[in-house]
This record gives sequence, structure tokens and C-alpha cells, in this order.
Amino acid sequence: MTQLLTRKVATAAPSGGRPRKSRRGGIINVFYLPALLLFAIFMVYPLISGIGLSFTNWNGYSADRAFVGVSNYLRLFEDAVFRTALLNTFIYGIGCTIIQQILGLGLALVLDRRIRGRGIARTIIYLPVLVSPVVMGTMYYLLFQFNNGMLNDFVIFFGGERVAWLSNSTAAVIIIVLINSLQFMGISMIIYLAGLQSIPSMYYEASTLDGATGWKQFIHITVPLLQPAFAASIVLNLIGGLKLFDVIKVLTGGGPGYSSHSVSTLIGVSYFDNQSAGYASAMGVVLFLIIIVFTLILNAALDRHRLEA
Amino acid sequence: MTLSKRAAFTAVGIAMAAIAIIQLVPFYAATTTALKPRTDLSSQLLLPSDGIFWGNFETALTDGHIGRAILNSVIITGISTALVCLLGAMAAYPLARRRTRLNKGIFMGTLAIIMIPPLSILVPLYSFLNKLEAINTYWGIIAVMVTTELPLAIFLYASFMRTIPGSLEEAATVDGANIFQVLFRIVFPLLKPVTATVIILVGVRVWNEYALSVYILTDPAVQTIAPAIGSFFSTQSSNLGAAAAASLMAVAPVLIAYLFLQKYFMKGMVAGAEK
Repeated sequence: MTQLLTRKVATAAPSGGRPRKSRRGGIINVFYLPALLLFAIFMVYPLISGIGLSFTNWNGYSADRAFVGVSNYLRLFEDAVFRTALLNTFIYGIGCTIIQQILGLGLALVLDRRIRGRGIARTIIYLPVLVSPVVMGTMYYLLFQFNNGMLNDFVIFFGGERVAWLSNSTAAVIIIVLINSLQFMGISMIIYLAGLQSIPSMYYEASTLDGATGWKQFIHITVPLLQPAFAASIVLNLIGGLKLFDVIKVLTGGGPGYSSHSVSTLIGVSYFDNQSAGYASAMGVVLFLIIIVFTLILNAALDRHRLEA
Repeated sequence: MTLSKRAAFTAVGIAMAAIAIIQLVPFYAATTTALKPRTDLSSQLLLPSDGIFWGNFETALTDGHIGRAILNSVIITGISTALVCLLGAMAAYPLARRRTRLNKGIFMGTLAIIMIPPLSILVPLYSFLNKLEAINTYWGIIAVMVTTELPLAIFLYASFMRTIPGSLEEAATVDGANIFQVLFRIVFPLLKPVTATVIILVGVRVWNEYALSVYILTDPAVQTIAPAIGSFFSTQSSNLGAAAAASLMAVAPVLIAYLFLQKYFMKGMVAGAEK
């Protein structure tokens, strides 16, 4: 109880002199007005008008549109193409996140040691992060081509038949997950490296004296103290995977058929190719909600874990 | 070192080398493809056997407008990044220095904007820009890029400003400086280290941006490099040599910058990730 009271007093004290200061200094708030104006015009307004459009049957160019209630949303859940895109979005988000954590953490653990060539290894592993996914998709397309692709050269060398990699729905989705994971695992690696370097080495030294080794140290020291790095890396990779667009559009264009579309790429198709702007807006709202829900769940899960640790 | 430890070390070394090689394979394949004529059907594994062929680069420059696209990218990335630095540092100043309830709310709202997926607002944003006649204009894409990149810049600037004491600013105010003089003469010069990070992070993101620019920039005269490659690749899917050449030209500026400024790139990435 006393503790509670003192804490209250402690937090109340500094604000004692504030009102006078705030009236005088409030003028500096003008400096964020240009930024807020841009947010309002190019983010908040589109977001709200998009919600409005999602309740209409607008085709994207004509002047007239009618209010159709929630029928676009009802249509979404009966639409097999959308359901595939939704499932793919989850596969891209969760699949990439898992692979990137495994590879990123593994690489960070190895490259944190003083081994020869670690500088160049870090440079090479991080390099694709800076390349546009459009370019990455184009380059990988060269490898996966049917006739002259490098991958099929290997298949033939080992006595197999040429494989039409990107014409198979399942293979296309897996290839997209792998390309995106490989391209961006460098981000996870760098985050985990920074996390590892922030763990004081005396923890390891002390535990060695107590007889703990390798695996035990990893579970009881490294993992708990990497908590902030896990949170940063997982949230970043998950959001990146859930809104995946560039690589899909370049590599498969959503094909074969509609089987490798994500919700993001399907929005472009519905709007520009199918001229269903209202329907595409509804997809946009769903995509936005997916990202929010995933981020909230993840934050809650990571917070709870933090309390336990 | 015991034998098993040495074996484990070798295994780790081989795995590392394998991963590094896998990361370089696409670049290698693009290089060998770009340097061979279309008629040369030798494997991508092999370097060109009868001399280097530059024709693919010529095709990419003439038919693919890659030269024009690089110029557009330089202009759009340059202006957008400069504006993001200026508006971001300005916006971060009150958010870092005056932590009232309102400003804390605005700061949280700014961070929430980072989560909005670009495609989720494609329809309303495109139709709005269309109404403003901003499709296929520099200012239209610059406005959108600045808006999408500002939250990250504001976050980085605000975090940095909180680490510098406000006493210099107070002293300047006592000496009669107005708020503009305080911000531009006293605060801005202190922000050089974090500005380097912001320039690198935002610059690379704008240079590579595709999800919105593929729809907003369809005219080759204003198109940036990513949508230019995308449309060149989709119309020329039989001419992969030229597509590979275009890809190499698109990544060259970023990779050269990376090799020289590596330290800043990695530091910037960590700073950006730890939001």
C-alpha cells in the first residue's frame, strides 16, 4: 500500500509545473501539421472512402454506383478464387515467418562467433534485402524456366525429365514462399545478431561456472534474452508476408489460373481487370483487418510471454 | 580441438557457404543470361563462350526505356527522400519534446499507419489520384511515397531526439531565438547521424517500390525502375536476356551504394526494425 502511494506521488510530482509550460510551448505543434495533412489526405481519407466503396457495386470508372449493403462481403466468402487467395495469404505470411526465423536465427548464431569469412557471409546474405522483389522475381524466373532454366539443367543432369515448376499450383506457392524467405532472411539475421550482441557475456561465463553448457545456455539465457529481437523480427516478417505482392505478380502473375494469388494481388485484378471496384474495396478492407488482427494477436502473445520470462 | 568439434565446425562452414552461394545464384544466372544472345541456348551455369554480347543491354535501354526509368527513379527517390527527411524531422520534434496526451495519441496513430497494407487502399487511392489528375505524374507518386514513408522517419527521428537533451534549445530560446530558428539552426544540425539512417532506409524502399507505382505509373515517360522492369518482363517474356540485363541495371546503383556504405545499411536496418 505504501509502495502504491509513493508511486502515485512520484508520477504526479513532475507534472506539477506542466500547465504553464504547455500553454507557452504548444505552438511547436505546428511542425507536425504538414505530416498530419498528408496522412489525412493520402491515407486516412482513402481508408475511410474505401470502406464506403466496399458497400457499393461501383465498377471503377462510371459515375453511378449503388449501395448494395454487405453483399460484397457475403460474395467474398462464397468466392472460391478469393478463398484460395486468402489461404495463400496465410501461407505466405506464416510460412515465410517460420522459415525466416529458423534461417535468420541459425545464421545469426553462427555468424556471431569469430569465424573466418563471417563478414563476407553477412554481406552476401543481407544483399538480396536491398534488391527490388520485382528484380528478384525476374531473376528467379530465369532459374525456374522450363527450357533453359538452371534448375532443370540439374534435373536433367541427374537423369530426370524437365519440370514445369511454375505450372503446378502447389509448387508455385511453395516457390514464392521460398523466394521471399531467402530474400528477406537477412533482416531476421541482422535483428538476431544485434540481439545476441546485447546479451552480456558474463551471463554465459557465470552459467559455465555453474556447469551449464551449449543447449542449456541457449534455452535458459539466449532465448529469453532475445525476446525483443523475436518480437521485432516476427512482427516484421509476418506483416511483410501477409501483404506479399511484388514477387507473386512478377513470377506467376497469380497463376497458374488463380492458384497463387494473395489477397493483395487479387485486389489489383478485381479492380483493373474485372472492373469490380466495390468488390475489390471489400477485399482491401478484409486485408486491412487481417493485418490488424494478426498484429494484435501477436502482440498479446508476445506480451504474455514477456511477463512469464 | 576435439575431432567431433572440428567436424561440426566444418559442417557449419559448408552450410554457410551453401547458403551464401544460393543467395548469389540468381545474380549469376541473370549475368550469364544477360551476356548471351537469344540464340545461345547454352546452360545458365556457363559463361558466354564466344565473347560477351551487349545486345541485351541495348534492347533493355531502347525497348525497355530502362535509362529513362533509372532517371525517373533518381528524381522520384531523391525528392521523396528529401521531403521525408524534412517533414519527418519537423513532425518528430514536437512529438519528442512535448509528450502531452494529444501528442502521444498522434505518435501512436502515426505508428499504426505503418501497418496499412498499400493494396488495401488501392481502389480509393487510385480513384482519388485519378480525380486529382495525379496518375502518371511525378507529384502524384511523390505525394504517395512521402506519405507512406513518413511514419518510419518520424519514429526514427523522435527516438533519436529523445536521446539529446533539450538544454541547447532552452538556451537558444532564452537568447531570443524563435521556434523556427531553434528547429532549423539548433535541432536539425544535431540530427545528421539519424538522417543518414533515414536516407538509406527510405531511399531503398522508394527506389524498389512496386505495389502502388505499378498502377500509378503506367506511362514509360514517368515510370520508375520497378514497374518498368515488371512491364518490360511481362511483354518480353520470350526475350529473357533483355529482362536479365534490365534487372542488372536496376540493382546496380543500390548494390554499389551498399558495398560502400554497408555499415550504415545494416545499422539502419536494425534501427528501422526495432520499432
